[in-house]
Amino acid sequence: MNSALQLVWLIPLLPLAGFLINGLGRNYLSKTMTGIIGSGVIFISFLLSAWASFSIKDGVAPIHYFDFINVTGLKIGFDFQVDQLSCIFLLIITGVGFLIHLYSTSYMHDEAPKDFAKYFSFLNLFVFSMLLLVMGANYLIMFIGWEGVGLCSYLLIGFWFTNNNYNNAARKAFIMNRIGDLGFLLAIFWIANKLGSVDFHTVFANVSDPAKFTTFDITGITLLLFVGATGKSAQIPLYTWLPDAMAGPTPVSALIHAATMVTAGIYMIARSNILYTMAPVTQTVVAVVGLATAILAATIALKQNDIKKVLAYSTVSQLGYMFLGLGVGAYTGAVFHVMTHAFFKALLFLGAGSVIHAMSGEQDIRNMGGLKKYMSITHITFLLGCLAIAGMPPFSGFFSKDEILGAAFEKNPLYYGIGVVGAMMTAFYMFRLYAMTFLGEFRGTADQQHHLHESPKAMTIPLVILAVLAVVGGLIGIPEIFVPGGHRLEAYLAPIFAQSNAKLEKGGMAQSTEILLMAISVVAALFALLYAWNKFIRYKKSMEEEKGLGKVLENKWYVDEFYDAVIVKPVNAIAKYFNNVFERKGIDGFVNGIGRAVNYSSRQVRLLQSGQVGTYVLLMVIGILALFIVQLFL
Amino acid sequence: MQSLGIRFPELLIWFPLIGGLICFIIKDEKKSRNWAMLASLITLAFSITSLFYPANKELNGFTYSYEWMKSIGSSFAIGLDGMGRLLTFLTAIAFPIIFAATSKTKYKNANAFYGLMLLTQCGLMGVFCAMDALLFYFFWELALIPAYFLCSRWGGERRIQATFKFFVYTFTGSLLMLVGIISVYMHTGGTQVSDHSFSLNAFYSVANSLTASQQNWFFWLFFIAFAIKMPIFPFHTWQPDTYEQAPTATTMVLSGIMVKMGLFAVVRWLLPVFPAAVMKFDNIVIALSVIGMIYASLIAIRQDDLKRFAAYSSIAHIGLMCAALFAVKQVGVQGVMIQMFSHGINIIGLWIVIDLVEKQTGTRKISMLGGIAHKAPALTILLVVIALANIALPLTNAFVGEFMMFTGLFKFNVWFTAIAGLSIILAAVYTLNMIQKVFYGDVNSLATGMTDISATQKIVLATILVLIFVAGIYPKPFFDMTAETVTNVLTRFK
Repeated sequence: MNSALQLVWLIPLLPLAGFLINGLGRNYLSKTMTGIIGSGVIFISFLLSAWASFSIKDGVAPIHYFDFINVTGLKIGFDFQVDQLSCIFLLIITGVGFLIHLYSTSYMHDEAPKDFAKYFSFLNLFVFSMLLLVMGANYLIMFIGWEGVGLCSYLLIGFWFTNNNYNNAARKAFIMNRIGDLGFLLAIFWIANKLGSVDFHTVFANVSDPAKFTTFDITGITLLLFVGATGKSAQIPLYTWLPDAMAGPTPVSALIHAATMVTAGIYMIARSNILYTMAPVTQTVVAVVGLATAILAATIALKQNDIKKVLAYSTVSQLGYMFLGLGVGAYTGAVFHVMTHAFFKALLFLGAGSVIHAMSGEQDIRNMGGLKKYMSITHITFLLGCLAIAGMPPFSGFFSKDEILGAAFEKNPLYYGIGVVGAMMTAFYMFRLYAMTFLGEFRGTADQQHHLHESPKAMTIPLVILAVLAVVGGLIGIPEIFVPGGHRLEAYLAPIFAQSNAKLEKGGMAQSTEILLMAISVVAALFALLYAWNKFIRYKKSMEEEKGLGKVLENKWYVDEFYDAVIVKPVNAIAKYFNNVFERKGIDGFVNGIGRAVNYSSRQVRLLQSGQVGTYVLLMVIGILALFIVQLFL
Repeated sequence: MQSLGIRFPELLIWFPLIGGLICFIIKDEKKSRNWAMLASLITLAFSITSLFYPANKELNGFTYSYEWMKSIGSSFAIGLDGMGRLLTFLTAIAFPIIFAATSKTKYKNANAFYGLMLLTQCGLMGVFCAMDALLFYFFWELALIPAYFLCSRWGGERRIQATFKFFVYTFTGSLLMLVGIISVYMHTGGTQVSDHSFSLNAFYSVANSLTASQQNWFFWLFFIAFAIKMPIFPFHTWQPDTYEQAPTATTMVLSGIMVKMGLFAVVRWLLPVFPAAVMKFDNIVIALSVIGMIYASLIAIRQDDLKRFAAYSSIAHIGLMCAALFAVKQVGVQGVMIQMFSHGINIIGLWIVIDLVEKQTGTRKISMLGGIAHKAPALTILLVVIALANIALPLTNAFVGEFMMFTGLFKFNVWFTAIAGLSIILAAVYTLNMIQKVFYGDVNSLATGMTDISATQKIVLATILVLIFVAGIYPKPFFDMTAETVTNVLTRFK
């Protein structure tokens, strides 16, 4: 084992140490110290991750630390597996994570020192859990990280716990995630019962053995895993928690609800790629759900007026594209999009945070406008982020999105067609957001206008770095047709997807088709972009309410109301019935009836009995003790 | 060393008994409290030492036997196998924690209170050590009777009603068990009275001399007794009332340790004695358990009293343990072993927090509380950790157990597992609801006067936290300790 791999345990352990130090020392540490510790541990983890990612070679063996569960019939170790796929995620988590920590030192500066420390300890705990998730060498360690990030998400969404709406959002996020987790858990039980092990390498080595796994098993397992993914990665039907999760501090939205945690589902499927390759039924389900989510969320984003909500629905939509990629077998493309999305979406969220900061907490874009001249760094970086997400060449989003759309076309041209419509909507709502925020006239109050300012360096530096990455990040995955051997990411990840790629038929498109597909999607998106720019640069606040479809979209297709009516309310009603009627009148009524009968009969023989339980019991004790002592000593 | 080793069960039983009897004579309240604390700590020291003695390779670990009622074939046989060591350890560690956590509580006749608590401990130790059916029954009653007194004399407003219900339920159970024990006894050995025996070995070999219908009848006699104790739906309604009305220290004993008597008894006296009947009725028992899990979880959502909330949550968790036992799979039963310990620790931790909240605010009504996190951040953090351990978040103790129990249940039947799995979601619902209403939000009038927890309370709760994480991260010692017990029981099903 090389020296980098000997030290990988430090990568998650450092954030854990940061969590403990900041958590336990929250009453003693100054804000500066907290910030240094909180960000510093992540930065060291990032350096270690970078070292690890350059030093790994093919055929990385899992590292065993100790036995977690070791009983007859089930062996699960506390093992890490740091291979190419883990490394990509490690770099995203610690790299983008560090920038967001740095940004937070300024963004959260109004908090009291102990709340500031609490915030950083939660953020570090999140990074620890997320690292466990991607470093685990078996499904159980992955699950530990999986629930851990859910917990941190819950804690951070409800960070300002005096506000009950925030608490509700936090609770909703945790519960909807747990629904998905049940699917994940059932998949793990299934695997454990088939193999007595849940190690990745054991599972993947046995997957082609029909004696171990039938097609039914694989389909069942992959579908259940996907249920888990729909929870964590906010896909239909479990996506509704993510927009509500915007209640948390904005850097949290950037880190957890855009760049890292919500991509855990993509990581899970990319990790299990061979299982999915062998379950075509599941693949279709994944592709269709992903595409449907991409479109549904995009339609909602068209009509949202909260700057963070637009970005939240856009995240849901982009995650849908990633699942589309996974569903059509473009595993590299999906991971590529995770990476570029982490860059530009973290950038957009942090930019939104900078705007909210400048606007003294205002999040409604109808009250913004013209911010361009007050905050030039935020403006430029935000614009670059918008161009990246809209898929304009040569920004990063263009490369990753077109790789997914190209693969979708190969599988089914309809997927491609719908995908392009989604890409148009993306360009439209992003430039609606951009224009309403930064262009035109300022529409807020005079008081707000007076306060407008560019954010401090700790906030703008991360914006600039992320903007650079959002612009050039796509260059590690240049398609073969432009630069032969230009897809460095594909080459790097090849060992991970080798088993799947051997089974997938690679038709290979004609070069002309590939270029045509790219041209169509770019021109379509450009058209939508310019249309939105032109329309919303002249936006005037109006009191008119939305009507018809616009109203339905503004109200998010009424999905929350629907869930409330068909799930939440009935469950509550059943619980109420059980508690008030069945338990009290049914079971308890029966028991008390017997009790009354006993009481009644005891009243008839009152002369013999005092009617007090205590007396009976006392007599019993004396009797038993006497019996015991007599027998023992005589 | 072996000669000392086999004396451990004796020490664990006699010491609390003597300590308890002495406690009755001490008149001073403070002294009796200190004495009880000291006695329980010495018992804990014995228990910890016993963990380091290598177990005897024979079935029963270290056993020791006096002559006792020889004429009817019963002896004072006690011993400690892996499961026994785990549960006596739980009993030994729980009492000092309980005494320390409730040391601020003032009791009338404190000496009697602490004396009865120690007698309960003696009974529990005896139940977990007994290797003779009659002796087991004797200790079973010995554990319950002081508990009745504790509830009826030191309980809440409706204590008489609650104790009466508790008494009726458990007395019915005990009676059925006694009938069962005597019936099985009549079939042990030969035809002569002198051939019959109450010994564990005699019970373990009785299955061959029973007809199928006899096994079935006897199974139900034992099962109902144990089901009431656990409790399993629909035998559970004594529990919320008793937990609510009993003094908190007693509630901790009842829920932390005493409900384990039922689970323990299933492993020791039911599964190995009637394997054929178990395989016949496993579906019914598991169905009841799973129904109970969902039913109790749903009811927990509606509870407004923190004690009743914890009671229903506990019923749901016990349901899973019972289901995993009757699935009789190695993974699942090993999961039950560690979970018996974990559940005891977690539920005691939960009661401690509830007690602290009630002491300071004067109420247990969830709807009247709010915003405690502002006033008592340390208490809130500890509560959140314990509550999350209670709903089996990974890296806490309960996750290991629940994961293994579900895996075992999955091996038995997929659909039961899927339905039972819904309780994982419901547990999140009721727990987060409670945390949100009691601890978050704005400070309300009841919470304004609150102070954060004292140093003693921090130490007690920190001990619980350490146990939660040690078992959650490195559970191997628990598996090593109990593997042999489980294997021995399961070989009877081959």
